[in-house]
Amino acid sequence: MEMIKVKDLSFEYIRRDEDGNVESINKAIDSISLEVNKGDFIAVLGANGSGKSTLAKHINAILYPTEGGVWVNGLNTAEDRNLWEIRQTAGMVFQNPDNQIIATVVEEDVGFGPENLGVPTEEIWERVEQSLEAVGMLEFRNSSPNKLSGGQKQRVAIAGIMAMKPQCIVLDEPTAMLDPNGRKEVIATVRELNRRENVTVILITHHMDEVIHADKVFVMERGRVMMEGTPREIFSRVDEIKKYRLDVPQVTELAYELKKAGVDLPDGILTVEELVEAIKRIKSR
Amino acid sequence: MQIIFDKVNYIYSDGTAFSRHAIKDISFTINKGEFIGLIGHTGSGKSTLIQHMNGLIKATDGRIYFNGQDIYEKNYNLRSLRSKVGLVFQYPEHQLFETTVFKDVVFGPANLGLDKLECELRAYEALKMVGIGDDLLDASPFELSGGQKRRVAIAGVLAMRPEVLILDEPTAGLDPRGRDDILEKIAYLHRESGMTIILVTHSMEDIANYADRLFVMNRGELVMQDKAKAVFSHYKELEKMHLAAPQVTYVMNALRDQGFQVSTDATTVEEARKELLGLLQR
Repeated sequence: MEMIKVKDLSFEYIRRDEDGNVESINKAIDSISLEVNKGDFIAVLGANGSGKSTLAKHINAILYPTEGGVWVNGLNTAEDRNLWEIRQTAGMVFQNPDNQIIATVVEEDVGFGPENLGVPTEEIWERVEQSLEAVGMLEFRNSSPNKLSGGQKQRVAIAGIMAMKPQCIVLDEPTAMLDPNGRKEVIATVRELNRRENVTVILITHHMDEVIHADKVFVMERGRVMMEGTPREIFSRVDEIKKYRLDVPQVTELAYELKKAGVDLPDGILTVEELVEAIKRIKSR
Repeated sequence: MQIIFDKVNYIYSDGTAFSRHAIKDISFTINKGEFIGLIGHTGSGKSTLIQHMNGLIKATDGRIYFNGQDIYEKNYNLRSLRSKVGLVFQYPEHQLFETTVFKDVVFGPANLGLDKLECELRAYEALKMVGIGDDLLDASPFELSGGQKRRVAIAGVLAMRPEVLILDEPTAGLDPRGRDDILEKIAYLHRESGMTIILVTHSMEDIANYADRLFVMNRGELVMQDKAKAVFSHYKELEKMHLAAPQVTYVMNALRDQGFQVSTDATTVEEARKELLGLLQR
């Protein structure tokens, strides 16, 4: 069953001058079709300006299609009456944690979402507790968000979304402002939610090492999907991915260079462990 | 010795209940023309530290010398220090404001009180250094891509012709190519003009490629200052400080742990490639 269905989607940013005449049209999304199944972990890669964020904003109806359509759990995003249900189904996490946290105490911040949905008070507290537990931040429930690290703040932001019980979370570069440890925390949290709570995840990122565990990767350029496949399939095409202004994890690049120099390695090595194992196998022959 | 910090301390809201000791007893020397990488977890004091270098923040305690002069001496000209030590903040493109790219870059030198021709000459030169072509000079800065905007913002600081350029996470939020473009431009500036560079970053893979020395901050203290290889050989300590080493360093260490005779000091793909080819041909 699909969680998200995008069919022939196009979106144009239209700029008008002072008199309302059209000055320029920028096609940010150019007839994309794709499907995301329930419970999948999807990653979207692409250069700045390739249309990743524009696509993400269609998934919870912040933007509406110029052409084509988007369905979230079967609901058409172009229909106004579906709006609230869509926003409850697909939650969004943005780049800067400081822009997403509004309360002075962690648990109040997490409770803000369900409160707005009209959830009964008792259930709000239950949800707050569950979501903070799920992102591993329960012990900070009474802290001030100011005192948290970047990674911790981002986990609180994710808990705030989880408390609305979405079936799907869209994360738009959630680790861009974090240190290596903060990045690890956030990605591990998202993977856990996907595995344990079966939340569908759509992760937009510029960090190649964060997508190696995804079920599927989409690579975008100029508003189109250019590559689609498992991380291993995508990252074994090193030259092609670099053409789209992207990169591969450092260890994948190392394996690729060794292969070019004649070493007999499998395609698309993604982790340090895989490379070490492959080298061990060669040496023990 | 261009910049000397001698037991510098800074305490936010000193003397109040909210006081926080942000940097503690920091001493170091940076030589002219060095490329320094500054790493540390979020909140470790990196940004506070660099703001001392051009006098934006005054140390609670300790001395700072620039080109041999104590910057806290009574008659020291902090204004001229700020034109010599250029600071590019995080997300500098948020500070673009003029109607054209060219005007935005002219703004800096114009504030130094230079005549119009000189300002324009410097702006032109600075834009060229960061790879912004003539076709974009009259464009609105807001029409550019993320990477281009950031390069324009850096040009605005370069047009002041600083002797030292400090950049606070100049590649955050850029795509991999945009990231490489900016780093290549910085490395080029460093090579061609001999400018001293201090680069704050969270990307260990990147900094390993460029920096002469790494400074590691942890909870307000400067805990390591050494060549990249030496710093990354302490990868286990780095992890305790919420940092990491480049992936290839982990590959080499894992092989060594499994009993293979390899040197573990590779920090770049090229170094690791050579070392591993050596191992595999043995």
